[in-house]
Amino acid sequence: MHRMSQSTSTMGTEKIKTSRRKFLKTATLLAGATIGYSWLKSSQVLLFAAEPKDETLPWYGIVIDIQKCIGCGSCAKACKSENDVPKEPFFFRTWIEQYTVKNDGTVDIVSPNGGIDGFEQRVPTEDIFKSYFVPKMCNHCSKSPCTQVCPVGATYESPEGVVLIDEKYCIGCRYCVQACPYGCRFIHPVKKVANKCTLCYHRLKKGLAPACMEVCPTGARMYGNLRDKNSEIVKYLKEHTTQVLRPHLNTGSKLYYNALSGEVR
Amino acid sequence: MEPHYQHLYEILAHSQGYIFPNEIDLQWGILIVVYPFITGLVAGAFILASLERVFKVKILKPTYQIALLTALSFLLVATMPLISHLSQPQRAYEIMITPHSSSAMAIFGFVYLWYLMVVLLLEIWFDYRHSMVVWANEKSGVMKWVYKILTLGVNDISPRTLGWDKKLGYIITVVGIPSAFILHGYVGFIFGSIKANPWWSTPLMPIIFLFSAMVSGISLVLLVYMIISYFRKKAIDLNVLDAIGKYLFFVLILDFTLEGLDQIQRIYEAEESFEIIKLLVSSKLYLTLFFSQGLIGTIIPLITLAFLQFYKHQIRLKKTMYFIIGIMVLIGVYSMRWNVVIGGQLFSKSFSGFTSFKVGLIGLDGTLMAAFWLLLPIGILAFLLWLLPPWKMVNEED
Amino acid sequence: MKFYIPPQITRLALAFAIFISLFLVLRHFLVPKTFGLYGHYRAASLIDNAQLEIHYAGQQACFKCHQDIEDKKAQDVHSEIHCETCHGPGEKHSLNSKKEDILKPSGRAFCGKCHSLNAAKLKSAIFQIDLAKHNIGKNCIECHNPHQPWELKK
Repeated sequence: MHRMSQSTSTMGTEKIKTSRRKFLKTATLLAGATIGYSWLKSSQVLLFAAEPKDETLPWYGIVIDIQKCIGCGSCAKACKSENDVPKEPFFFRTWIEQYTVKNDGTVDIVSPNGGIDGFEQRVPTEDIFKSYFVPKMCNHCSKSPCTQVCPVGATYESPEGVVLIDEKYCIGCRYCVQACPYGCRFIHPVKKVANKCTLCYHRLKKGLAPACMEVCPTGARMYGNLRDKNSEIVKYLKEHTTQVLRPHLNTGSKLYYNALSGEVR
Repeated sequence: MEPHYQHLYEILAHSQGYIFPNEIDLQWGILIVVYPFITGLVAGAFILASLERVFKVKILKPTYQIALLTALSFLLVATMPLISHLSQPQRAYEIMITPHSSSAMAIFGFVYLWYLMVVLLLEIWFDYRHSMVVWANEKSGVMKWVYKILTLGVNDISPRTLGWDKKLGYIITVVGIPSAFILHGYVGFIFGSIKANPWWSTPLMPIIFLFSAMVSGISLVLLVYMIISYFRKKAIDLNVLDAIGKYLFFVLILDFTLEGLDQIQRIYEAEESFEIIKLLVSSKLYLTLFFSQGLIGTIIPLITLAFLQFYKHQIRLKKTMYFIIGIMVLIGVYSMRWNVVIGGQLFSKSFSGFTSFKVGLIGLDGTLMAAFWLLLPIGILAFLLWLLPPWKMVNEED
Repeated sequence: MKFYIPPQITRLALAFAIFISLFLVLRHFLVPKTFGLYGHYRAASLIDNAQLEIHYAGQQACFKCHQDIEDKKAQDVHSEIHCETCHGPGEKHSLNSKKEDILKPSGRAFCGKCHSLNAAKLKSAIFQIDLAKHNIGKNCIECHNPHQPWELKK
């Protein structure tokens, strides 16, 4: 008798437990589905995005001819005016270095105010073995280390191969500044986000040349579409011996120097 | 002139050789020295706690809860130096919602959350749950509700459920060991993976960071144990000190070997960046590397610890010696972080020059801020020891 | 079939489920709309970067009004040099034609930026003059028309 009443009471609680379990199951499924859907929807673009292989867009590259650079500083000056960079000597999207290899083998490198005010010869001519100017700017790498390390996606390679910064998204962690082997990034003192040469993207989109190339008096700086076999830049690359800086770091740099000498870093 | 520019003109005047025009100001300052120091303490303290739990080193039992609570205090503060160093701190949440999978820094948010919630908080919860249920019953008023909430309403203290506390706590500790390695190892990877900087770029960097972290965490627990015993007016168990000292000794040897190996390899290979690095070490980092990190932080503690290991029973000033060793090791590990972070930015990527670094006192990136983030965990630890006193826990052997 | 789930696990699973759901919902609202369209970045940033203000107009804009100078310049050695190299950003001036919005530089230091003697400049790249010896004290443009430098004024 006791056993029978026990079994009925346990059967009763079992029934209640099963229906509660069923309810919890359905509720969790519904909640999970809603959340899962909303998450999937927002990250849909992340899950299914692909790099655009839009062949109709240009793929920009840059050439700098060291033999033509005369260190006038027009490029660096124009860049600051065009791109709202403070005039103080601590922030440069582009700058020029003067290398003086002396007869005793030592190398003297200077870049007073980035070369904006031009250069004066500091070493007497008789002590000079050779001397030249090297303009520097963002290399717009195709395997850009700065893009690789940005933790939030505030710097990126545009579909045209220009490395750009999203000023509204950058958190200012400075990882990109550390990762660039060419020293071309800095933190804008007013905007307080990362900043660097954009190849004057806003000008490229309107068919204008980047400011530095617009004003270079000797044509030492060139830019163009690497995909176009007939472009000036591709023809130049075919006819000259060019190098990139820090090739062993495999950054995919698209800034090719003509007549780059071994002392340059 | 803006004070910021004035500061930069001064640095420019003190720069030597040729540096790239954008390299005048250091990007990562004292707060980025403090951050790996803090996460290192967390990882190290946790590993010591795991020794008791997973590897059954019974002699360390009095330090188990202390190590966990110390780790928690420092972990709670760990994000703050990072956030206060960002130039757009209000956007810090972006790391959580759009983490860039190719960036080591991006995993920080999730590794931190994982470690905080799944490892540390859960392990402490499983360990304290029984006591918290009992305390909830004993106390009244606000504290009653505080403990009730902390138990998450799981009031069952039947032997079966308590057994599950132990089992689950054990699993969490086992999971926690690799998690602690990742929590601090990824910081080493952040530096070690930057191919642009030869002072940082080495596969050994995560491992070096981890071992120096363990050294610092073990020393911290040693010091905390001694200080708590002093304040509670309880005798310090010399066997505990000896046991901690033994682990400190062995890990310090490993740490020294690894860091030495990194330097020896660099000197031997003498590749492109070696000339400037040689100058860096012999001039800019001379004091912090050879004196602070090497002598104070490594050599003297190693010799003293070896001495204490071999002459275990004959020394009267043991407690003082262990205390001083603990402080010296902490100074050494802090110097190591300084040498890596600041040292790596003092020389130019042109390999032809140096900039200089002057730490400001005030401001979000200044010494006072750094000191605040270092001292705040001590306050939190005091609070946690009051809230969850290890010595008032329910003794389950009763 | 019943199997035993300890109460800790059920309670913790619930707590974590709530936390993770909250996070996902928050994330849904916080991620910018165009994020991820072309890669791991906010696609709208391309538009932000493309719509920045232009300050250098390009010399075609100058030639619209200054055809006489265009013709003169084309005949002499400064033919390849664009106007704004010396005159500075010209977009504003090309829109409002105000004199104060364009530079008219002069002085030995200015011309010297290109033409001063420097061992680092290739003679084939630029014609150089020793400013310490050549007509000291005189402004270059007293004799040289900058648009036709070899047409010496006397």
